[in-house]
Amino acid sequence: MNEVIQMKRASRFAGPEEEDYSTRAAHVKTEEFSVFYGGFEAVKKVTCSFPESLVTAIIGPSGCGKSTLLRAINRMNDLIPSCRPGGKMIFSGEDIYCKNIDVVSLRMRVGMVFQKPNVFPKSIYDNIAYGPRLQGIRNRSQLDEIVESSLKQAAIWDEVKDRMTSNALGMSGGQQQRLCLARALAVKPEILLMDEPTSALDPKATTKIEDLIGQLRGQYTIIIVTHNMQQAARVSDLTAFMYEGNLVEFGPTRKLFTRPREKQTEDYITGRFG
Amino acid sequence: MRLETRRLLDRAFSGLGVIAIGVMALALIVILTPIIVKGSGAFVFRSTVEHRKVMFDQWDRGNPQRIEADKAAAAEARQPVYDMLSAFDAELKAMPRKERSLYKKPLRELEKALAELLGPVPGEHTPVLIRQQYGATRWDRAKIKLDELLYTEDWDYSNPDALGVLVKTPRVEQFRGTALEPLFAYIKENISAMMRPRWTFYWQFLFDTSKDSHIFGGIGPEVLGTIYLTLGAMIFAIPMGVIAAIYLCEYSREGRVVSFLRICISTLAGVPSIVFGLFGLAFFLNTIHISNSKSVLAGSLTLSLLILPTVIRASEEAILAVPHSYKEAALSLGSGRWHTVMTVILPAALPGILTGTVISMGRAAGETAPIIFTAAVSVGRPLMPLEALSQPTPALPWNIYNLSTEHEAVDEIRHVQFGMVFTLVALVLLLNLFAIVMRARISKKLRG
Repeated sequence: MNEVIQMKRASRFAGPEEEDYSTRAAHVKTEEFSVFYGGFEAVKKVTCSFPESLVTAIIGPSGCGKSTLLRAINRMNDLIPSCRPGGKMIFSGEDIYCKNIDVVSLRMRVGMVFQKPNVFPKSIYDNIAYGPRLQGIRNRSQLDEIVESSLKQAAIWDEVKDRMTSNALGMSGGQQQRLCLARALAVKPEILLMDEPTSALDPKATTKIEDLIGQLRGQYTIIIVTHNMQQAARVSDLTAFMYEGNLVEFGPTRKLFTRPREKQTEDYITGRFG
Repeated sequence: MRLETRRLLDRAFSGLGVIAIGVMALALIVILTPIIVKGSGAFVFRSTVEHRKVMFDQWDRGNPQRIEADKAAAAEARQPVYDMLSAFDAELKAMPRKERSLYKKPLRELEKALAELLGPVPGEHTPVLIRQQYGATRWDRAKIKLDELLYTEDWDYSNPDALGVLVKTPRVEQFRGTALEPLFAYIKENISAMMRPRWTFYWQFLFDTSKDSHIFGGIGPEVLGTIYLTLGAMIFAIPMGVIAAIYLCEYSREGRVVSFLRICISTLAGVPSIVFGLFGLAFFLNTIHISNSKSVLAGSLTLSLLILPTVIRASEEAILAVPHSYKEAALSLGSGRWHTVMTVILPAALPGILTGTVISMGRAAGETAPIIFTAAVSVGRPLMPLEALSQPTPALPWNIYNLSTEHEAVDEIRHVQFGMVFTLVALVLLLNLFAIVMRARISKKLRG
């Protein structure tokens, strides 16, 4: 099935100068998807789809539910006892909130980079090899190969190749975050989720991460949550704007930032609130 | 608040802190100094020739030639004493019967005091009890025995309004004008030659089995028993405690049952240890008959129950202190719950778990009440590991109590008691030191 970008009343706003993403297949799709924390509805019946191989940014003010939506994609919200989902979240054609879904194998297919660098207190090598080892890879040379290629993909190989056995916590914050990215890539995921990956980093390290996102574009479907609107504008193909749990607007980044359809979006990107 | 006020408050508070720490340090010194000083007396002391005889006869220690020479020199110095005794004997035989009976009691007392100082008279039959086969083995004891020989003690109760007064009279008064009159001056003059004191480092005190209920020898079985009991308690308590903590932190859903469980654990931590001891007796020994008599196994199980709440609490806190982000990272990479616990959470929580565990290990090593009913006996031999399943053992905490209250010759063996206290304190301190070092090393490894 040829999934198209599903936006509420999207057709009205599709202009001729927009790059045509409508032919792209949806990698992740939500249908009337909600998340409740106890009685509180943090994500309200969101219907949208994230196309394959593109970078989609989710922006919005604090507490708008963007992180909750992102974390629903690899079911990290399961860790919160009071949290329960509603509606459908479809990943590669499967509803991941179905009863017979294996969460562990789902998470192997969905990589994630968190807000704060969260390297394990182990050696750099063991950090990267953690995921592959989980998948049962024990062969040393095979592991070496995966570690090297992942570190190269995350553009950190040259910095760490001589100290693979030293503790990862000894690296700088920016390096740690790229190591986290490499660690996520080492399990060969189909999709990468990034939850404000640069909010704890300085501008230089932020630039490096943004460059990496640019390089990884096309190989992975990337969904990035960010506070920083310039960042969203720089790195993403598509942008979703959320406000108080609702998906207000979802469209090609350039259009959303230049000619927003909704008043709320315009107010937010021009800095009137948020 | 004004700047001066704030400064004053700060200064007052830091002053209080310094005072508090000073008081603690002082208390520590006041407690530890006598333990160390008196306790080391069990290991390093001036031994007499009698000590060397005991070592040679009972443990086959020492150079035979040197000991023979030692014994010969001492015997030579002692010979005049025995000569005087036989001269007095001859004198007695010559006396009229009435006069002779006057000397009967003083002579018996003198002979007893002499035997306590020098051992039995050579050539007479050997006494049955080992304690009567030797004189004073330590120079400090020898000096006390000498005092008892030279003076008789009496209590003067003539004033009914005051407490009794101790009156010491020289024993020589009883033997004025007899062949024994020069004996006392002679012994006083030649005590060194008769006892031959020499500084000794008796390190085997830690390993020797005691002879004649701790009057001779060391505390080997007690030390070994304490180690068995402590290790046994750890073998049961650590796996149970850590698994329980993992379950409570990572698997259980917060609810009424879990809250109730937590309350139970806290309550268990506050139960007096004697109750655990009685429980151990009633359950492990009388109900499920884990062994026919008291045994190390029953004692270990009881101790492990005693420290279980502490281990659970410490492990729980250590596990909760592991950053949530580690868990998220592991799960996001496709790790299962069990695997996350084993590869990420437990290694990061290890320093905390270790500290809590070793502290409770110190507690298990020092507890007396739980083992009174389940494991401890006052005298025993060192056990083989397998015997620990069915045999009781002496153990330091129980034997300290036993030696200071129930022993028939408490005053004779104060040094053993001090030595035991010293060893127990040293053992617990060593365990804590080990925990601190391990913790520092693991934390350093984790911190990178």
